[in-house]
Amino acid sequence: MGKHSPKNMGLEEKPSASQVDEKILLQMYRNIYATRQFELKCIELYRQGFIRGYLHPYLGEEAIAAGACAAIGPDGYIVSTHRGHGHCISKGADLKLMMAEILGRATGYCKGRGGSMHISNKANNNLGANGIVGGGIPIATGAALGIKVKKSNQVVVAFFSDGASNNGVFGESLNLASIFNLPVIYMLENNHYAVTTPVEYASACCELVERSQAYGMPGVCLDGNDAVEVYLETKKAADRAINGEGPTLIEAKTYRHAGHHVNDPGLYMDQQDLAEWKARDPLILLSQRIREEKARKIEAQVDSELQAAVEFAQNSPEPSVEEFLADIE
Amino acid sequence: MAELMYREALNRALFEEMRRDPLVFTMGVGVAERGGSYKVTEGLLKEFGSERVIDTPIAEASFTGAAVGAALVGARPVVEVLFIDFTTLVMDPLINQAAKYEFMSGGQGKVPIVFRTQGGAGNGLAAQHSQSLEAIYYHIPGLKVVMPATPHDALGLLKSAIRDDDPVIFIEHKLLYMSKGEVPEEEYLLPLGKADIKKKGDDVTLITYSNMTLKCLEAAELMEKEGISLEVVDLRTLTPLDKETVLESARKTGRVIVAHEACKRGGVGGDIASMIMEEAYDDLDGPVRRIAGKNTPIPYNIGIEKASVPSVEEIVEGVLEMVYI
Repeated sequence: MGKHSPKNMGLEEKPSASQVDEKILLQMYRNIYATRQFELKCIELYRQGFIRGYLHPYLGEEAIAAGACAAIGPDGYIVSTHRGHGHCISKGADLKLMMAEILGRATGYCKGRGGSMHISNKANNNLGANGIVGGGIPIATGAALGIKVKKSNQVVVAFFSDGASNNGVFGESLNLASIFNLPVIYMLENNHYAVTTPVEYASACCELVERSQAYGMPGVCLDGNDAVEVYLETKKAADRAINGEGPTLIEAKTYRHAGHHVNDPGLYMDQQDLAEWKARDPLILLSQRIREEKARKIEAQVDSELQAAVEFAQNSPEPSVEEFLADIE
Repeated sequence: MAELMYREALNRALFEEMRRDPLVFTMGVGVAERGGSYKVTEGLLKEFGSERVIDTPIAEASFTGAAVGAALVGARPVVEVLFIDFTTLVMDPLINQAAKYEFMSGGQGKVPIVFRTQGGAGNGLAAQHSQSLEAIYYHIPGLKVVMPATPHDALGLLKSAIRDDDPVIFIEHKLLYMSKGEVPEEEYLLPLGKADIKKKGDDVTLITYSNMTLKCLEAAELMEKEGISLEVVDLRTLTPLDKETVLESARKTGRVIVAHEACKRGGVGGDIASMIMEEAYDDLDGPVRRIAGKNTPIPYNIGIEKASVPSVEEIVEGVLEMVYI
C-alpha cells in the first residue's frame, strides 16, 4: 500500500444517496462525464497540435467541482485554478465557447486571449481560472467581501489545491474571512501533489483540514471522489455562510489520474495508489447511484455536444491581429 | 474657494464618493479606527460604518487580492497600502490579477479598484519606507498611475480614480500631506490623462509630477529673477500619459528636462525623454535631460538622504547648463 492509498484515508463509508434529489444526481453525473470526455478530447487535440501552451487536466478530480457547483447553484460564485476545466463545466459553461477558447479562437470565452489557464465565464458567476497557484484564494475572499458590501445573499467557493495551501495567501485569506465572517467556502482539492512534490514532503502537517482550527472556522475532510458527499457537505457549508455563520474549509481528498500537465508522464506517482484511486473513479461511484438508462442518455447527449464543440472551435476564426493592435493605447 | 491640506482634500474626495455610491468602500491597515496613518480616512468610520470602512490585518497580499474579488462582483474598493514600499508584497494581485483581468477574460469584466499608497523620501524613514516605485506600475499595461502634486489635483483626481472602471494606483507623497492649496467649494472632477501646465514659460520645459512639481516651481521662480522663463508641466497622471501637452511644450521651448524623485536608472523620465526625442526631435535644441534620484536605496541620515534625491539647486543647475551651452 502506497503513501497515498485511499485505504489509509477512511474513505469507504458512503452517505445515503437517497438524501439527494435525482435531478441533482443526474446534473452531477452529466458534469463529471462531460469534464472527463472534455479533458480526454483536449489531450487528443493537444497531441495533434491544435492546443498550445499548458494544459492541466482535471481527470480523476471531477466530482469535487460537480458536487460543489451543484450545491451552490447558479447564484453562487466560484474562483477556479489552472486545473480549471471541470470547475468551468460544472458551473454551466458552454462547451463550444470553452473549446474555442482552449483552441485560441476569437469566439472563445476570452476571445482567445486567455486560453486554458484563464477561462472565466462571468455570466455564470465563474470569476475565472488563475495561472498563479494560490492567486484565486484572496480573490474569492474578496468576492465574499463584495457580497457583504452589496448585501446580496450569495456564497463563494474558492477552489485550490494542497500546493496552494502552503502559500502565504492561504493563511492570510482564511484569517480575513474568519474575522470578517465572510460567506466563502475554501475547497481544498488535495490531489496529493503540488506539481510533482508530494503533500507529505511539502506540508508540516499532512491533515490539511486541521488548519481550519487555527483560523477559527469549521473544517470538513471528505472523499473528493464522491460527488454526493461533496454536494452534501458543501450545501451545509453554503447554508451556514448564507445564514451569516461564516466560512468553512473543506479538504476533499482525491488523486490525479495523470501527471501535472499533459506533457508530464507522472512517473513519480505510485502505480498501486493510482490503481486504487482509479478503482474509486468519481464516474464509477456516482453511476452506482443512478439508473443505467439515464446514464446512457446523458452520455449520448454529452458526446454529441462535445463533438459539436470541437467542430465549432475548429471552424472558428483566429483572433484578428488588427483588432488586437487597435485595442492597444 | 477654501484652503485645504492635501490630506484633507483626499479625505473630502473619499467622503463625497462614498456618499454618492454605496458600493464604494475602503480598507487597509488602520484606516477605520485610527483614521489612517496620515489621517486621510479620518471620520469615514463614523459616517459609513465598519462594513464600508474596514480595518485589515497587516496582510497586504490577501486584502489587496480581496479587493480584486470584491471589484469583480460589483463593489468598488479603495484599498490603502500604507507605504509604496509595501506594495512589493502585493505584486501578484496588482500585476497578475487586477491589471490582467479585463484583457485575459476577453473583456468580460472590469476591475474598478483604487490602490491608494504613498511614497517618497524626506522624513528620515530610510530604505524601506521612502522609495519612489512608480516606474514598476508605469511599466505594467492594464494599470493607471496617478501622482497628484496639489490638494486641488488630489481631490479631483481621486474622485475620478474611484469612478474609473480600471485599476488605478494612486500614489501620494508623504511630504505633501500637510501642504495647503486652494480648492473649490463646489464638487469637481479632473480627468485622468490630462497634464496641467502649472507655470507657463518660453525657455525651458520642466516635465514633472508629484512632490517634484513643487521643487520645479520653486526653481522656476528663482530662474524668473535671472530672466529665464521655465514652463512647468505637471503630468498628474503617468498612465494615461498626456503626450499631447508634453510634446506641445517641448516643441515650443525646444529644451526639455524631465524631473522626478525616483532613481534615474529605469525611471519614467527615460521613457518620456525617448518619446519626446522620437516624436519632436526636429524641434529640439539639444537632447532631453533627466534630473532624477540617485541610483541608491534611500539613506537614513538627513544629509545623505537629501543628497539622494534632486534638490531645487540641482534643477537650477540643470537649467543653467541647458540654457548656456
